[in-house]
Amino acid sequence: MRATENAHAAYLEAQAEFAVAHEGEPSFLSALRAAGMASFADQGFPSRRREEWRDTNLSKITREPFVRVDGGLTAQVRLDGALGGLGGNDVAFVDGGYREDLSRTAVVPGLSVESLAMARNLEPEWLDGRLGAQVDVKVHPFAALNTAFLDDGAICKLDPGAQVSDPIRFRFAASAEVDRGISHPRVLIEAEAGSRACIVLDFTTLGSAVHLTNCVIEVRVGENAHLQLVTLQRESDAAMHFCTAGVEVARDAHFASHVVTLGGDMVRMDLEVLLAESGADCTMNGLFVASANQHIDHHTRIDHAVPRGTSRQLYKGVLDGKAKGVFRGRVLVRPDAQKTDASQSSPNLLLSRGAEVDAKPQLEIYADDVKCSHGSTIGQLEEDALFYLRTRGLDEDTARDLLTRGFAAEIIDSLPVSELRGPLERQLLARLGEGREGRSGS
Amino acid sequence: MAQVLEIRGLHARAGEKEILTGLDLEVGPGEVHAIMGPNGSGKSTLAGVLAGRPGIEVTAGEVRFEGADLLGLSPEVRAREGVFLAFQYPVEIPGVNNNYFLKASLNAVRSHRGQDELDAMDFLALCREKMARVEMPKELLSRPINDGFSGGEKKRNEILQMLLLEPKLSILDETDSGLDIDALRLVSEGVNALRSPERSMLVITHYQRLLDYVVPDFVHVLAEGRIVRSGGKELALELEETGYRSLESQTAATNP
Ligand SMILES: Nc1ncnc2c1ncn2[C@@H]1O[C@H](COP(=O)(O)OP(=O)(O)OP(=O)(O)O)[C@@H](O)[C@H]1O
Ligand SMILES: [Mg+2]
Repeated sequence: MRATENAHAAYLEAQAEFAVAHEGEPSFLSALRAAGMASFADQGFPSRRREEWRDTNLSKITREPFVRVDGGLTAQVRLDGALGGLGGNDVAFVDGGYREDLSRTAVVPGLSVESLAMARNLEPEWLDGRLGAQVDVKVHPFAALNTAFLDDGAICKLDPGAQVSDPIRFRFAASAEVDRGISHPRVLIEAEAGSRACIVLDFTTLGSAVHLTNCVIEVRVGENAHLQLVTLQRESDAAMHFCTAGVEVARDAHFASHVVTLGGDMVRMDLEVLLAESGADCTMNGLFVASANQHIDHHTRIDHAVPRGTSRQLYKGVLDGKAKGVFRGRVLVRPDAQKTDASQSSPNLLLSRGAEVDAKPQLEIYADDVKCSHGSTIGQLEEDALFYLRTRGLDEDTARDLLTRGFAAEIIDSLPVSELRGPLERQLLARLGEGREGRSGS
Repeated sequence: MAQVLEIRGLHARAGEKEILTGLDLEVGPGEVHAIMGPNGSGKSTLAGVLAGRPGIEVTAGEVRFEGADLLGLSPEVRAREGVFLAFQYPVEIPGVNNNYFLKASLNAVRSHRGQDELDAMDFLALCREKMARVEMPKELLSRPINDGFSGGEKKRNEILQMLLLEPKLSILDETDSGLDIDALRLVSEGVNALRSPERSMLVITHYQRLLDYVVPDFVHVLAEGRIVRSGGKELALELEETGYRSLESQTAATNP
């Protein structure tokens, strides 16, 4: 208990210094930071007594405070090229700070990609009211902490009707050079009416130190816009990764989220989508692969606030070693939200006896004329399929890999950026392969 | 030269049930043996024992393949050594591409035999040629393994695999069931094309029609877990006339 309090105190002190260093910046920013700090001070790191945090053991976070790093400005780094080159914009951040030297920007009509550090001076009135609008710091302590240290980040704006064909990629690398460094990446996406784009957020680690990435993503999808958001989390085994994402979807707009989580020691992602106007449609696909002692939580919440919304959720988990996975999917259908069509499914694959997964759909339906379905399953690789492959000469490991890939394929193959599929599949298998070597060695 | 397959006094069980109850069978090089017998008599169980299916426990007896113990080998090593089972019920594997699987399978077998692995182009050329043999539609190659295949398409996929892997011992478990008349002829031609002095086959079937095309050297009747009668190809014709009932009464009489 004392350790936890000390942890809070360290962040309060650090934030006081941070605020002094950032004096003179636009007042809405100082106000946001102060509100964030107040919320964090109020809540602290959540204890497991809080229902939504029951499955997330934060002792690795609270044991000792993390120290804010902004190696982003100086570190000489090479970004991971594993995902190959994509055309179009490829914008890099290190420890949450924009790195022009590592970025490639392309001029695309109707699209603007900026760093928050620049935008806050150039267009404070645009940011005011948008930053912080989609994630409520009063209920999300990690988002509160992020906001308290709000500094740089990625801003992506799509003008009304903008059609962007190349994926827009934001890379967030953690330098991980000093032990227990924390960074607070921030993303703000505004897709105006009728626009269409695909955005890729790619989180990786450069060094080998224990670090905490505490990220906030805010998205608004305007009327009739189509937005695809791919979130890849490929950080190191020493990473703690917390991500709070809030999305608002307007009338007749389409939002699709594709989350692939491969890395991290202790990971939690909260993704909340509000279908704010009628006819809004949302797809939430997720794949998490955990081995060794990884702990990976995915919490989703879809809020059907108005009639005629549809939501499709498919979260798949693959767990090996002694890994633990959690999927909590809340679907809220408000009394007005008639003709809602919501489905949620979370199939999980356990590859070892020591692995564990806790998948719980949670439906709260207050309207009567709705179509809602949900289901979660936990299974092993099918013996019959394994045997079939082996009778064709494939050894057991290869057969298991093939079946595991087959299980993940539904999500990987649906990624809107086809260039990502092959490399991600290879990373997924490499992770499981490491786990297997570890096992046979022990 | 050693027999390709020698089975002696084979007893096997699955769960609580003893299914094979002292089975003897020898298959020589280049021979085709048909196995017939009532439903539930243990034909697929025998096929499973030969391919190494988990869950079937051999409690007594031995099986030798080309003179060496077979039962101690893993299913994949048996396959690479040249044992092939065409499944009665091929397994559907969603998410795993058929083309990828077939290439991986062929290359696993080839490298075990000391042959070079085929690259994607060479594999595709070979595969197309074999697919034409069984008139298998091209698009089945890009679909997941057997996923949503019709009964006949699954069986063609099995034979395609046999044609690719060129096994020394092929066990066809009711490959004819589910095939239309034309497909049966095509598949049989494919099977016959593989017949050679080095390749042997165990053909499990309920129907004479297949044996009209793939003419066996020997026909055996498996009942209650063992071979109760063996003969030449005319035995199949006789069974077609009389059924198994008469036979069971015979064996009951001779083996009280
Ligand atoms: N795992 C098992 N546990 C218990 N009984 C089993 C198991 N597997 C097979 N059996 C039984 O063993 C018997 C033989 O089955 P098998 O599939 O070998 O028959 P078959 O001769 O191939 O029949 P068919 O002509 O119908 O294909 C059947 O009665 C079956 O129900
Ligand atoms: Mg059978």
